Amino acid sequence: MTIDWSWISGHTDDLTSLTVSHLQAALSAVFFGLLISLPLAVVAHRVRPLRGFLLGLSNVLFTIPSIAIFVLLLPVSGLTRTTTVIGLTVYTLVVLLRNTVEGLDSVPAKTKEAAKAMGTRPLRTLLTVELPLALPVIMAGVRIATVMSISLVSVATYIGDGGLGQLFTDGFQRDFPTPVIVGVVLTLLLAVVADALLVALQYVLTPWRRRRA
Amino acid sequence: MIQFDAVHKRFPNGTTAVHDLTLDMPEGGVTVLVGSSGCGKTTTLRMINRMVEPTSGTIQVGGKDVTRQDAAELRRSIGYVIQQSGLFPHRTVLDNIATVPLLLGHGRRKARARAAELLETVGLSTDSGKRYPHQLSGGQQQRVGVARALAADPPVLLMDEPFGAVDPVVRTQLQDELLRLQKELNKTIVFVTHDVDEAVRLGDQIAIFRTGGHLVQCATPSELLARPADDFVADFLGAERGLKLLSLKTLAAVPQGPAPQGDWTLVLDAAGKPLHWSAKGAEVPVRPLKDGDSLLAALNESVASPTGLIARVDADGVLTGVSSRDDIHTHAGQAHTEARVAV
Repeated sequence: MTIDWSWISGHTDDLTSLTVSHLQAALSAVFFGLLISLPLAVVAHRVRPLRGFLLGLSNVLFTIPSIAIFVLLLPVSGLTRTTTVIGLTVYTLVVLLRNTVEGLDSVPAKTKEAAKAMGTRPLRTLLTVELPLALPVIMAGVRIATVMSISLVSVATYIGDGGLGQLFTDGFQRDFPTPVIVGVVLTLLLAVVADALLVALQYVLTPWRRRRA
Repeated sequence: MIQFDAVHKRFPNGTTAVHDLTLDMPEGGVTVLVGSSGCGKTTTLRMINRMVEPTSGTIQVGGKDVTRQDAAELRRSIGYVIQQSGLFPHRTVLDNIATVPLLLGHGRRKARARAAELLETVGLSTDSGKRYPHQLSGGQQQRVGVARALAADPPVLLMDEPFGAVDPVVRTQLQDELLRLQKELNKTIVFVTHDVDEAVRLGDQIAIFRTGGHLVQCATPSELLARPADDFVADFLGAERGLKLLSLKTLAAVPQGPAPQGDWTLVLDAAGKPLHWSAKGAEVPVRPLKDGDSLLAALNESVASPTGLIARVDADGVLTGVSSRDDIHTHAGQAHTEARVAV
């Protein structure tokens, strides 16, 4: 298996736009996943009976094969980026919801009690005490969801999207390995860089965890 | 300042935590709620700032029924120190202390300035303000907890076993600090503990609770120690309650005279401060006592002294005289007689 370097240099523009498109799809999914998970997690955390239902639902959704999700969405959103993002978002829910609920659970009762006793109202306690303290666990979920989405985008090649995934079908159909290898390397690079950036973001957002006694 | 009137608290699971409590906690005084675990003392405390709602009866703070006020606003007007400090781990010490002023909308700059001032009040260094709670020792965290409770200058301070999690040496220091602060600030303090010695040390009045949420007796420490209402109170105060009473009386009234010349002589340094008892090459260390020290300390020292005499010193530590074991005993006896007769 040899790499055709001239193919790479001849397709830098395509590779760049595919990479950007790939990343956009993955990040949108994580963004919308968080948007849905945060309020649902707060509900699951506060209303015990709903907790098992919501977590169970996110698990069930995760078991639907990706192609099936896209096929089910076709009548609704067609062969579009929207279909890709909706499909990927559904998969992020399983980690994001679970980690956010567990993050909220991990906030010490004593701390919440102190906030209440100081005269902090529930919404403010959620925003300024519970969510910041849950952040490390939530961020762990965001990292997994991000890496998972970056690797899953390629599946949307079936509906004509798929970012770098298009390189796989292209290379496979022409029996030409270079695009496949480039696609794999770029996907891996994206995942590693995105993960590193999230670690850095968490470091910035949680100053109290940096300085140990 | 705080009035409980026929207050009942029954939890949904059927246990009665507080039973028909009527109690007055006077302004500017320290009321200690004491009793074994499950006696309702913490529930009583938490009903004052509505962390727990009473089942029936009324609680007034400053003449106003607490249940008629917005709970969050009420809590901001009452300082609360929690077991094991309950500090916010993600906020710096300064921001922890500034919590209530910020909630009251005082603005960040003003709130932080006030917090910096309070660091000093509770005996912490200025640079500890920038640290996070986990970087402080248990005792320091407890000080931050007290500073946080004082930040909005509330007239009432609730303290729920605040010194329970620190070692005995630090606990004594924190108790001293609290007494010093209270002399300056004159807050109405409600203090929950299961430690009788702590109650006797800090309380202007002590309320003893029995399992089932019954208030058994509420009295000044000396009255309680001299005249426990029943066997439960007597048992709770312990076999040494007679000695505990002596911890409330000072040595000031016990007569003193010049140190005698005998087998043992009291050796002084150049400044006139007692060093030790000395006899034929043997030396026994001496712990000099000031007028403000307790009769209990004097009794302890006289028992340990080879001559039965204690060395009395002035504020600078210079010897003023000695007192005998007999004189201390006489005064100890009088202290008990007075406490029994006093109303």
